[in-house]
Amino acid sequence: MKTFIQIQRYGDYGDREPVKAEGATQNQADWPLWEVFIRSKMGLDHKHVGSLHAADAQMAIENARDVYTRRQEGISIWVVESKYIHASNPDEAASFYDPANDKVYRHPTFYDLPDELKAM
Amino acid sequence: MEKQATINLEQQFQDRVDQDIRIEPKDWMPEKYRQTLIRQISQHAHSEIVGMLPEGNWITRAPSLRRKATLIAKVQDEAGHGLYLYSAAETLGISRAEMIDQLHTGKAKYSSIFNYPTLTWADIGAIGWLVDGAAIMNQVPLCRTSYGPYARAMVRICKEESFHQRQGFEILLTLSRGTEAQKAMCQDAINRWWWPSIMMFGPADDASPHTAQSMKWKIKRFTNDELRQKFVDICAEQVKILGMELPDPELKWNAERGHYDFGKINWEEFWQVISGNGPCNKERIAARVKAHEEGAWVREAAISFANKRAQKQRPAVA
Amino acid sequence: MFHLTLHLADDALIIGHRNSEWTGHGPNLEQDIAISNIALDQIGQARNFYQYAAELCNNNREAYTKFISSPAFHQVSGPIDEDDLAYLRDAMEFRNHLLAELKKGDWAVTITRQFFISLYQQLLYTDLQYSADKRLAAIAEKSLKEVNYHVRWSGEWVIRLGDGTEESHRRMETAIDQLWPYVGELFVPADFQLEAAASGLLKNPEYYRQPWLEKTGAAFEQAGLMLPAPNWYQKGGKQGIHTEHLGHLLAEMQYLQRSHPGAQW
Repeated sequence: MKTFIQIQRYGDYGDREPVKAEGATQNQADWPLWEVFIRSKMGLDHKHVGSLHAADAQMAIENARDVYTRRQEGISIWVVESKYIHASNPDEAASFYDPANDKVYRHPTFYDLPDELKAM
Repeated sequence: MEKQATINLEQQFQDRVDQDIRIEPKDWMPEKYRQTLIRQISQHAHSEIVGMLPEGNWITRAPSLRRKATLIAKVQDEAGHGLYLYSAAETLGISRAEMIDQLHTGKAKYSSIFNYPTLTWADIGAIGWLVDGAAIMNQVPLCRTSYGPYARAMVRICKEESFHQRQGFEILLTLSRGTEAQKAMCQDAINRWWWPSIMMFGPADDASPHTAQSMKWKIKRFTNDELRQKFVDICAEQVKILGMELPDPELKWNAERGHYDFGKINWEEFWQVISGNGPCNKERIAARVKAHEEGAWVREAAISFANKRAQKQRPAVA
Repeated sequence: MFHLTLHLADDALIIGHRNSEWTGHGPNLEQDIAISNIALDQIGQARNFYQYAAELCNNNREAYTKFISSPAFHQVSGPIDEDDLAYLRDAMEFRNHLLAELKKGDWAVTITRQFFISLYQQLLYTDLQYSADKRLAAIAEKSLKEVNYHVRWSGEWVIRLGDGTEESHRRMETAIDQLWPYVGELFVPADFQLEAAASGLLKNPEYYRQPWLEKTGAAFEQAGLMLPAPNWYQKGGKQGIHTEHLGHLLAEMQYLQRSHPGAQW
């Protein structure tokens, strides 16, 4: 079972040396990574849009404005340094999310309401 | 026992790919998959960043205020695309600094097209129409690629790219309706950019041993030659709107195949440019290295300032 | 009015052009994008002012074109547009401040120059948005939103570099030294500014000197930088007597328009 993916696509012309992915030293002068969340329209939740580098929070917000809202995508920006993001472990996905499968009462279509009732 | 466990993980991974379920950063993935993605995404990012240079070359000489503004916006978009892609690669455990180092030291490659010079204003139009056109054709299928962060970055990029291609075609269209000198400028740019553009799809299928496997893995939906043919068919029609010609005497509609036939590609040139012998390879990398080195004190100052402020805000421990 | 509008347009175009020289060459991707955004704002402002100047010119062609001697400009057939004003005037017909045309230098020079000009524009546009001339007022109101952000962005960078590393501090001092002789011109009125002040269009720029010094001083204090003493200053930009840099900038910017007279792009 050694046939993993050999991708030959756009931009892939092979390397002279294999890419080093781990154990590389991080220069102290490199700006930390931040995750960016943007609220697009009044009333919608902030949504993760990507990440960027910045020296501090103020700069991260300004960079996010310039990078992720060039086409008026947002009206509110949150940033958080990526190292502070705690994520669930995908191996535990079953215990995390499956119990919600049978809680249909959390979903609006569970409720049988008369058709005359509009916009709810 | 341990080996058995790995095979199961690999099987599960493959099942997910088969079912079109996206692979996400924290999911288990074969090391080879991760390495291949890092290489691929970073090369794509490098292409965006190096690609800023040939077009940026005309920002200060753009012939009208409107053209100047749209060109700045376009080159700036490319910086954004590079940034999205570097970010996607960073989810795989490599830092942007490492990737940039690989570019600057010549370990990582980028699209060979950006090693050609931009000699006239019409080149800006030709790049938009042909180079961005070829890029879009290559990139749209990547919106469905198996790695989630890469696919999401590509969705963003594809949305923005269509503006670039339209901008390029409009530049050429204006030239094609202009003075004799402008028409000649337009045809000349098409002549110089056509062949490098169709080389962008990569080696022919019979010289591209991984294609079959990638297709089986649903990573590639079309082969290099399929995409190239599609591009030639589209451009052969669009060039008529410009009243210009593609520089290929063998280009001819083949009713039987339902496609345009076209001439032989000079693959020797392709491999030479890829391996560093293009007209601008050294200049492009030198320009990137210069910007990076001259920016070093700026980046250091910003981090030093941030650290100082963080120290000040921390309450003194009694 | 025509000269005032051209002056505002020229300032925005020339500094926008200088900032756009960073596109593709910034200290990192994020700042490359940031400075390009500012260049885009400035070129957008320039276009608004030029479009208005072109209208003024077309409405009273004889009165205004006599101020422009470039033969290329006089060969334009039909109405004048924004590009004729930007691409077909010679250096001596440009009315921008000298500060705007100086070379982009390193990041410290670019940041410091941007901060100086943005602060000045902030004061100016804040008043101009209430000008008796509705067109200028509308352009100022729209531009002010952008300029407020430029002040904030460049001001933060001034503080960051001033209080960053020894090297960045030293580079900021060098930049201030280099730019300071060109600051005085911002506050000395040209004839067209005196006329505008007399007709109530705009305040005499002398009026902005004190608030400008106070705001700059406040930022410098946070940055640990010294505000230089008032000294001899260079002037002439608003009268068309420029530094050597502008001629080169225009030669590059204008060459395509000039070598293909009358062509559409």
